[in-house]
Amino acid sequence: MAYLELDQVGKQFGAQTVVDDFSLAVGKGEFISFLGPSGCGKTTTLQMVAGFLDPTRGAIRLEGRDLIAVHPARRGLGIVFQSYALFPHMTAAENVAFGLEMRKVPRTERAERVRSALAMVGLVGYEDRHPRRMSGGQQQRVALARALVIRPSVLLLDEPLSNLDAKLREDMQIELRQIQRTLGTTTILVTHDQNEAMSLSDRIVVMSQGRIEQIGTPQETYERPASAFVSQFLGKTNDFAATIDRSAASARLVAGSWSAAAPAGFTGPVTISVRPERIGFGDAGLAAKIVTRIFQGNYWLFQCESECGPAIVIRQNDGQPQPAEGEAVRLAWRPEDTSLRAGVAE
Amino acid sequence: MSAVADTAPQGAAEERSARAPWALTAPALMLFVGVLLIPLAMTVMLSFHDWGQYKGIEPVFILKNWREIATDLYYAEMFWRTFRIALLTTLITAVLGAPEACILNRMSGRWKSFFLLVILGPLLISVVARTLGWALLFGGNSGLLNKALISMGLISAPLPFMFTETGMVVALAHVLMPYMVLAVWAALQRLDPQVENAAVALGAGPVTVLRRIVLPQVMPGILSGAIIVFALAASAFATPAIIGGRRLKVASTLAYDEFLNTLNWPLGAAVAVLLLLVLVLIVVGASRLVERRYAQVFG
Repeated sequence: MAYLELDQVGKQFGAQTVVDDFSLAVGKGEFISFLGPSGCGKTTTLQMVAGFLDPTRGAIRLEGRDLIAVHPARRGLGIVFQSYALFPHMTAAENVAFGLEMRKVPRTERAERVRSALAMVGLVGYEDRHPRRMSGGQQQRVALARALVIRPSVLLLDEPLSNLDAKLREDMQIELRQIQRTLGTTTILVTHDQNEAMSLSDRIVVMSQGRIEQIGTPQETYERPASAFVSQFLGKTNDFAATIDRSAASARLVAGSWSAAAPAGFTGPVTISVRPERIGFGDAGLAAKIVTRIFQGNYWLFQCESECGPAIVIRQNDGQPQPAEGEAVRLAWRPEDTSLRAGVAE
Repeated sequence: MSAVADTAPQGAAEERSARAPWALTAPALMLFVGVLLIPLAMTVMLSFHDWGQYKGIEPVFILKNWREIATDLYYAEMFWRTFRIALLTTLITAVLGAPEACILNRMSGRWKSFFLLVILGPLLISVVARTLGWALLFGGNSGLLNKALISMGLISAPLPFMFTETGMVVALAHVLMPYMVLAVWAALQRLDPQVENAAVALGAGPVTVLRRIVLPQVMPGILSGAIIVFALAASAFATPAIIGGRRLKVASTLAYDEFLNTLNWPLGAAVAVLLLLVLVLIVVGASRLVERRYAQVFG
């Protein structure tokens, strides 16, 4: 049975539907990301789980019990806000202790738990600092310790890393994942950063305009995107217009001068999606000309003009000579590296 | 930029740019010196001059006025009353104004701007008119306020408001309320609404959120509002003059009377200078205290 369950949850603000028909079953200890552009309803969904917003439709259940009827103060969830929302007039230790005070945890146990929570996030020695005297990363850690010290049934993270610089963000991602693994706390992360979602989560819920586009493991959503939106939003991709040619004995999938055996179940015009790192330069395939070649250290990025429109190709910097700008090339990829959708790409 | 300036030698240009701040602030500076510093210095000097019924003001340096203020208990009582009234007024504005600001802050859109206008509106009306309004409400034993309080059963006999400290505090609290509300409101606007949500999520009820989370954060606002209200109440003139009249004087009305009725300008100047000194000491001391207390937290 699912630990946390959202059942056809919907939210209206006036005539505007912000979240529509959101159903998700989260297993105990799972790390789930809500991923989507701003305004896709991911934060609204999180706020409904937290209890700051009431759903217009649907049900939210935690271990089979109705969560919507429970006041947010009694839900026992740990929340890390985008702004951290630390209490500015309290020290780091007082911030962390607040939730325990509210639970009437005895003083000695409280001190011990605050100490170990701050130690867990690497803030030993910062107990008496006020938030204003701490860096963004340190404030972030206090917020995390404050949310985890109450041993929450679910940890909700609302874009917690978006205010940190890139290097710190990467460190915090690794740390967050380790802490979550160690404690086994069921976690929901809201983010618009696909790298963050992919590197942290067990499963990703890709959202767009209030609807779920796809639920799957990071690999599934990346390799087999369920919609054009997902393939565009998760990483770079090439969309080529293709046709299914059934004139020959065996049907062929044709995009320009590239072709492969057609899979069953499709007819007429289709769109094929190929990740740039899956495309190689070969003797046969889609004819293209290299427009720009950009060196990125560990890989090369090629922007090409192909028979089927612009294409990008990423090649590992493995020491092999690479084609130069202006060179005519053939783009080749394995049929299993394509994902196929009916209809024509926009 | 004119051609002359463009071709001016480097040294001259530097010299001019060093003078520029002075030149640009000169008009304001001259006004400041002319209408504030010089009269202030003259008032201080005046407080050391001699005065007699028939000889008038004599420009000599004596301590007679200051000695009189220091020894005559009449003046001590007057100053004590002034600061007692100011303190009570400050307390009342804080107790009523802080919740008022909280309620205002929680209102939405149109209502908020309407009630903000209601709160700030009185500032557009002369303080004399507002205090005369209170005088009408107080008006002796048959005043509207007394009638209302008696009919509500809160009091059995009419309370004296006119020419009493009670009346003065009530009127001053009303007149100065906008300053407190504005100060607290400004502090409330700086709060991150998520902080309250964070406290709720950690299990805090509404009273705990208000007491442990909101109040400590708006305390600097309440204190700065208190400093403004205290300073304005202690130096207020129109309201004490109308409500207290000749019968119940405070420091500012006392100075006024010395100047315009007794015509003892030097004594009036001494009272005014003393009021200024004490006020500056209290206000500067209080803001130092507030700053030190909150520098670590909000700095």
